[in-house]
Amino acid sequence: MADTLQFDLVSPERKLASVTATEVRIPGTDGDLTAMAGHTPTITTLRPGLLQVVHQGGTDDYVISGGFAEIGPDSVSVLAERAHPRGEVTQEVYEGMVEEFASAHRDAQTRFENEPGPVDDTAKLLADMVAVGTHIGLDPKQSNF
Amino acid sequence: MPSLKDLKNRIASVKSTRKITKAMQMVAAAKLRRAQDAAEAARPYAERFDAVMAGLASSVGGSDGAPRLLAGTGKQDVHLLVVMTAERGLCGGFNGSIARKARIRASELLAQGKTVKILTVGKKGREMLRRDYGQYFVGHVDLTDVKRVGYANAQDIARDVLGRFDADEFDVATIFYARFQNVITQIPTAQQIIPAHFEGGEEADTALYDYEPGEEEILADLLPRGVATQIFAALLENAASEQGARMSAMDNATRNAGEMIDKLTIEYNRSRQAVITNELIEIISGAEAL
Repeated sequence: MADTLQFDLVSPERKLASVTATEVRIPGTDGDLTAMAGHTPTITTLRPGLLQVVHQGGTDDYVISGGFAEIGPDSVSVLAERAHPRGEVTQEVYEGMVEEFASAHRDAQTRFENEPGPVDDTAKLLADMVAVGTHIGLDPKQSNF
Repeated sequence: MPSLKDLKNRIASVKSTRKITKAMQMVAAAKLRRAQDAAEAARPYAERFDAVMAGLASSVGGSDGAPRLLAGTGKQDVHLLVVMTAERGLCGGFNGSIARKARIRASELLAQGKTVKILTVGKKGREMLRRDYGQYFVGHVDLTDVKRVGYANAQDIARDVLGRFDADEFDVATIFYARFQNVITQIPTAQQIIPAHFEGGEEADTALYDYEPGEEEILADLLPRGVATQIFAALLENAASEQGARMSAMDNATRNAGEMIDKLTIEYNRSRQAVITNELIEIISGAEAL
């Protein structure tokens, strides 16, 4: 069996990557998982996080804001709502991404005043996004957390 | 008969009109290319998305726990028509044909005794529908300041639509837009987005997959995104169609201006000749009188 898999990363606006990878680390909603060749076919949703692709030329990192991944024995397709190569994520871009979740969270707080469910969901997403920033060394500027 | 000076002025003005339409045609051609590239770039996402959704929908769809976005509200009484048109005119029949399609659907639904609500995207469609269906308008999305439609625009519209759905404002949502076929042909299309409808799902295909979290959770998470994806695809198609329609409309206008200039030039030359002949006659008859 081949020990590589075809990796595709697409966002609604463009195709970001299509490479042959040996290993893909995916931030799944229920926890991180690493896909390698021969993985059980799986479909998982994603949380905001860092997607890492290991291939012959090294490791590529992408910051994604959610979406889902389709994992097969010899291919991984990640469909991300918003994705940027790590190098493109400047403080400004990152703040934009954080703000998106922060406003969703504020929105949920006002809309679902007596329902903790949706508010907690958005809070978790925001926390995930903030965690990404800490991880890659950018300041999330979210003090009220 | 117009004077020579009048004719000269008219020729000059038609010439400058031709310059403008020619320029607009070229701008539209350049924008069309970009719009087509954008539509092309969006296709892989939409295709994968649809494939996964179709599989999920067919395996979960039958059960009682199917999300409302897929199963519907159980009624078909209130219809939301999302009419997507351009922000500008001068693009031939583009806006008109979409508005007409929406108008026909609206009158059909009203005849069946259903309630119609209209959400307009783009100023032109709103202007066209205002007179007959103005009382059904529930909202408007303005994209005047948007130079290139992005996924964020689609998300905004989707959020608006989904918010209304959650608030039980409607049962069925349909989007109206023009599908781009080529520069000459754009097909006005009506597409139902809520309850969601997916084509080409093969159950055998998806039974193989593990789902994390469960199928229903994934479906509930993905359905709202599906709405945004469909709206985004429609916006891109619309953008390409608009530029295509404008390009051919301006091509026609440029040609018509050319014909007009030829006609006016002939008229101008004729009347100039008539003036000269007149003067000659006067001189000759004057000389003869001596």
